[in-house]
Amino acid sequence: MAQQHVMSAAQPRGRSLKQAARGVFKGLFGTPTNIVLTLIIGALLVMIVPTIFRWTILDSVWGNVGREACAQASGACWAFIAAKARLIVFGRYPYDDQWRALLAMVIFLGAMAFSADWRRWRRPHAGRTLAIVWLIALPACAVLMTGGVFGLRYVEIDRWSGLPLTLMLSAFGILFALLFSILLALGRQSKLPVVRWICIAYIELIRGVPLISILFMAALMLPIILPDELVVSKILRAQIAFIMFFAAYMAEVLRGGLQAIGKGQYEAADTIGLTYWQGMRRIILPQVLRLTIPSLVNIFISAFKDTSLVVIISMHDLLGTTNAAIIDPEWLGIYVEAYVFTAMIYFLFCGGISWYSQSLERHLKSGGARR
Amino acid sequence: MTMQASSVTLPAVTFEDVHKHFGTFQALDGIDLTVRRGERIVVFGPSGSGKSTLIRCINGLEDFQRGRIMVGDIPVDHRLGTVPLIRRKVGMVFQQFNLFPHLSIIENCTVGLVMTRGMSEQQARAWAIEFLVRVRVGDQAHKYPSELSGGQQQRVAIARALCLQPEVMLFDEPTSSLDPEMVKEVLDVMEELADSGITMICVTHEMGFARAVADRMVFMDHGRILHDEVPDVIFNQPRTGRLKEFFSHVSASA
Repeated sequence: MAQQHVMSAAQPRGRSLKQAARGVFKGLFGTPTNIVLTLIIGALLVMIVPTIFRWTILDSVWGNVGREACAQASGACWAFIAAKARLIVFGRYPYDDQWRALLAMVIFLGAMAFSADWRRWRRPHAGRTLAIVWLIALPACAVLMTGGVFGLRYVEIDRWSGLPLTLMLSAFGILFALLFSILLALGRQSKLPVVRWICIAYIELIRGVPLISILFMAALMLPIILPDELVVSKILRAQIAFIMFFAAYMAEVLRGGLQAIGKGQYEAADTIGLTYWQGMRRIILPQVLRLTIPSLVNIFISAFKDTSLVVIISMHDLLGTTNAAIIDPEWLGIYVEAYVFTAMIYFLFCGGISWYSQSLERHLKSGGARR
Repeated sequence: MTMQASSVTLPAVTFEDVHKHFGTFQALDGIDLTVRRGERIVVFGPSGSGKSTLIRCINGLEDFQRGRIMVGDIPVDHRLGTVPLIRRKVGMVFQQFNLFPHLSIIENCTVGLVMTRGMSEQQARAWAIEFLVRVRVGDQAHKYPSELSGGQQQRVAIARALCLQPEVMLFDEPTSSLDPEMVKEVLDVMEELADSGITMICVTHEMGFARAVADRMVFMDHGRILHDEVPDVIFNQPRTGRLKEFFSHVSASA
């Protein structure tokens, strides 16, 4: 079937409708295999689609109309989402101040979108521009979330939850894990045996332990082991746990990338007089990162979803607030809608990461920089 | 560094009884060689004879176990940390070009100027483009290495080394991985470079090039220098032993 599609796609754009119809028909019924596949998939669609359509659209209840309205309906009770959306998204963040969390997220995602635009990277002073953007955006987010200044009410860090918490844990987790993993991957190749062995031991130890147990260690054990002055807030401990965990995985991906770079690149960097770190920064790592985008993004996406494990150390990320929303006795028995809603939010972000990485790869392969 | 009176006459590169082995394989076995300033040396010999190792020891890409190598008045010594100093004086061109695939042609040249010579990006571009023009790839400056032919890539590699203004240029079989029709365009550039008076040490089997530009030809076998003569002697004297055997294999190009 795939072959048929390639063939029809290769035809010129200005083809007639008739040709197009013939192409589709050939794709669907061109060979015995295609006929069988088409029938099976068609049957599955006939079974599934109407049910889903009826549940989500036809028989569902929309608008913030309360629990009673859902009692008679056989479809989805979207009224639940209308009533609980703010709880799911912002969790225990004070209701009257949730605009602050929303604004912080908008600023944060805006700064991300600004930085993600590769057309900006090649402009003069690109590094400085991005640094300024983040030096404004991050303190702004911190002030908005924490408050205590400019007449904003102080909000304890333990009340941060929902989507803002998920975004914070995953964004900083991914960023700092990536930076840390570069050091680990380079350390693993070091000529100094001590450095090499420490890095290997670290990576193997962390990879051999489930994320849940690392989170437990960070949440419960550290306060017992460390003196009180050294114990930081639980959110920060969880954040560090994520960074440590995902760095180990990313380091292995980067190691693979480093091995794919030929010896000649290192020697050329050496002979033009670059130091080890200059060569790494300008010559080797850009090529390694380019090679490893698909595998790294794979880890980014699983990191984004795995932040939901903070539930087990009683922090309420997006999934945690969803669970909190469905235990409301007034709305007893309604939970599928909540999970669908939350799944859509996760899907939007993961899909966004995936879409961006694919277009970045395409850009780097085409005009941006060829191999 | 102060300019010593003797530095004018100081050799560009000297080897004193240099030994190197990879495990049990003796790559260099007591090399003595003096290359004067402005001299053009062609190093040749059968594969595995140690020619590449010889020049790779000069800029510290390979370490050696015994003896001494001097570039000007600086010893090549990884333990003394002189290698970065050496690399400022010595440029190198590789058999596989080793251009940086993620950087444009001009950036391949400017990256060294910006990082090691403290030039601004703008200064470096203006500086580097002259060298690209000189090796006749000035019009390709904004392309990427994969868009260029092998011959063009190798000329870019020469420009990349030259724009850092080395005192000594090392060529490690610069035409061996090129298609035959591209060999000439690279050799032409190298011949022009030879006329400029820079010290050159070339590992190559291009005997026509050797005959045209070499001041001396060094024949190596089994990590030793067997002959070190002017081309006239190498080509016209009755050949004996290993040299005769070698030439019988490359007679077509000799």
